[in-house]
Amino acid sequence: MEAVTDNLGLFVSGYWRSVTICLYALVGSLVWGTVLAVFRVAPVAPLRQFGAGYVLVVRNTPLTVMLFTTAFVLPQLGFNAPFFWLGVLGLILYSSAFVCEAVRAGINAVPTGQSEAARAIGLDFGQSLRSVILPQALRTVVPPLGSVVIAMFKNSAVLGAFGVGGDLFSVSNRLTSAQGYAVAPVLIGVLVGYLAITLPTGALLSVLERRVAIAR
Amino acid sequence: MTRTASSRLVLSTVFLATALMAAACGGDDAATDTASTVVADASAGASDAASEMTDESSAPSEDGPVEFAEGTTMAELAEAGTIRVGTKFDQPGFGLQNLEGVPEGFDVEIAKLIAAGLGIDEENITYTETPSRIREEVLETDQVDVVVATYTINDERKLRITFAGPYYVAGQSLMVRADETRISGPEDLSDTAIRVCSVDGSTPSENIRQYLGAETQLTLFDVYSKCAEALAANQVDVVTTDNVILLGLVAQSEGAFTVVGEPFTEEPYGIGVPLGDVEFCEFINDTLAAAAEDGSYAEAWASTAGEIEGATDPTLPAAEPCS
Amino acid sequence: MFSVVALVGFVILAAVVVRRLVDQGEFAAELWSPLLWPGDDLFVVVWRRILAGLTTTLTAAGLTIAFSLVLGTLVTIVRVLNGRVARAPLVVLLELLRGAPVVILIFFTARLLPTIGINLPLLWYLVIGLTAYNFVVIGEIVRAGVSAVPRGQVEAAAALGMTHTQVMTAIQLPQAFRIMLPALISQLVVIVKDTSLAAIVLTGPQELLRTGRTIEQNLNNPLQTYLVIALVYIVLNGLLSWVAVLTERRVATRGQRAGRARRGAGRIQIVD
Repeated sequence: MEAVTDNLGLFVSGYWRSVTICLYALVGSLVWGTVLAVFRVAPVAPLRQFGAGYVLVVRNTPLTVMLFTTAFVLPQLGFNAPFFWLGVLGLILYSSAFVCEAVRAGINAVPTGQSEAARAIGLDFGQSLRSVILPQALRTVVPPLGSVVIAMFKNSAVLGAFGVGGDLFSVSNRLTSAQGYAVAPVLIGVLVGYLAITLPTGALLSVLERRVAIAR
Repeated sequence: MTRTASSRLVLSTVFLATALMAAACGGDDAATDTASTVVADASAGASDAASEMTDESSAPSEDGPVEFAEGTTMAELAEAGTIRVGTKFDQPGFGLQNLEGVPEGFDVEIAKLIAAGLGIDEENITYTETPSRIREEVLETDQVDVVVATYTINDERKLRITFAGPYYVAGQSLMVRADETRISGPEDLSDTAIRVCSVDGSTPSENIRQYLGAETQLTLFDVYSKCAEALAANQVDVVTTDNVILLGLVAQSEGAFTVVGEPFTEEPYGIGVPLGDVEFCEFINDTLAAAAEDGSYAEAWASTAGEIEGATDPTLPAAEPCS
Repeated sequence: MFSVVALVGFVILAAVVVRRLVDQGEFAAELWSPLLWPGDDLFVVVWRRILAGLTTTLTAAGLTIAFSLVLGTLVTIVRVLNGRVARAPLVVLLELLRGAPVVILIFFTARLLPTIGINLPLLWYLVIGLTAYNFVVIGEIVRAGVSAVPRGQVEAAAALGMTHTQVMTAIQLPQAFRIMLPALISQLVVIVKDTSLAAIVLTGPQELLRTGRTIEQNLNNPLQTYLVIALVYIVLNGLLSWVAVLTERRVATRGQRAGRARRGAGRIQIVD
């Protein structure tokens, strides 16, 4: 177990770096995913088609291909940024498609009577969305969104291969390959690290689910 | 769809896929370039048995006149008739996987020389990709028999594996975009605005750290091609590794890259074998010496890395003692 | 009105990207022709590699789902038939595997097994790593499918004198399988995408994405090659998803029971 104890500092900093990546990705994909969901239900045809097309393409593409695009192709188009941000961007672009579908399912679960009534009392699309549909959609949205978030946090491990150094995956790579430490202890250390991200998140999500469901 | 129909569908798909895969694997063509013919002298060095090498074109097998002492790695490999080689798949000139799926390059040619010395035909060489950071591991876990992968000899690695050779001496150098003006040597890397790229687990990546102003300047990837792409896209400013590898990348870049400054280290390339296999190590050294004498070493170079502009023809360095 | 604005916006965006690409010379013929023009010398070779990579991907995915089904079903049976105490360690293990990123599982399979002497062709490390993760997910799908089989069936079988195991194997599992087929196919899409992780884990097999890397290293056209590879994935997964939707509809139209049964079990998963 010296592998872990000798390098505890490395594991801890790796853990925090992974957490940072997850949080940035969370915020970004919640925003962009909700925007996409709005696109998909908007009365504006080009937006609907863009949303549908985006989701179709991204859902069927592996995350690795998305990251290849953001980390290597985007810079070629002149869009340069530190690899950390390119990686986070790739994760955001990827996860947003799933957030979009979760939110859309939530929106669709709201009875159509609600949107009709909203229109009947004179609210336009934007207003009815904001005041009537979205708040109710939020309740049905939380469970599937929760799984998307946990999946996103686990996917953050992939960034380690695209120039984003210092996260848990990169740490485990360095220790087992370059420095020849025994594999099993490092594996356990890394697993514990990721569980320390996913388990608390899962717990938080259960709490959130319960609170949001009460109103119904 | 009924249950039986759907499960039949799943089964037949799996079967079809497996069959296709088997067919695909079997249909792969052999390596492209012809290797040099090896006609070496009989008396090998330290190994007991006399080994008579045959022409590469004749069929290799235990029936051939190639004989080794019982229990040595050479005997095992010669009898098996196959050898597993670890090499790079992404380094032009030394080990680059071509479109047929087989690697080509100077390292590959060296591996073929060794195989020929064992009486093994080049078709019976199995290549495994061994990027820098797993080269020791694959030897320790017996996944390959030799590693010829721009493998710099250093003391740390000698604790885990044994080196034969060296067969080439390179030097670490720097590669930049053709229009780069800030960098002329490793001292310029102390400027923290300069982003450096290298490969995980490689000696150059460790060497370069002392020249950097800050740790954050260094980006590590698993293969050099990613560094090259990052350099072209202006994501990093410098790629550092051994000069011959850089020359290969420069050649591929069609003028976009250039090498600056002189090599500032000495990197002897060795051939990795499992720790303690002294006989195998000495056999390899003898094979190399013989190849240098009869010109097959020179030809191996000329047909691969030698074609890169700016590469100088090497002479076989003096072999280090095996341990 | 907004439609026009949106449309114009997209056109401008596309134009900017295309202009950038043209400036970089990315539309040069020799970058595209080995991939797209059958008359090119390299076309056959390139596509043979792509097809080989695709076959490897499909094989890995197929093997994974087969093993995961077997293991997942076993796990479900064990969980259903055993008491709370016996279940606990199993549940802990399952949660551990579920909480781990797939890439980590694959990475460590490839590292750990050789050190304990198990040397396998590279494809098997990918399959084992993927199975270790997916059998948990598929176990849940199986469990949902089994519980979606109407109780009436189980009760009738018990009334006929069948044992618990017989009920499970002859009545519940066959019907459950039909119900969970759409969800299984959706999970297959996830597995196909995850096979590309082999391109990141050093010692992985020559699946589709890694094949793309070989091609672009030889032809010097990363942008074009990855675009084509992405298209192959999209078409493949798109087809699979379409089949999933088809099966869901057929299961639904199968009649009475299906409506209730579909809930939970047949719902196509939206998460990765």
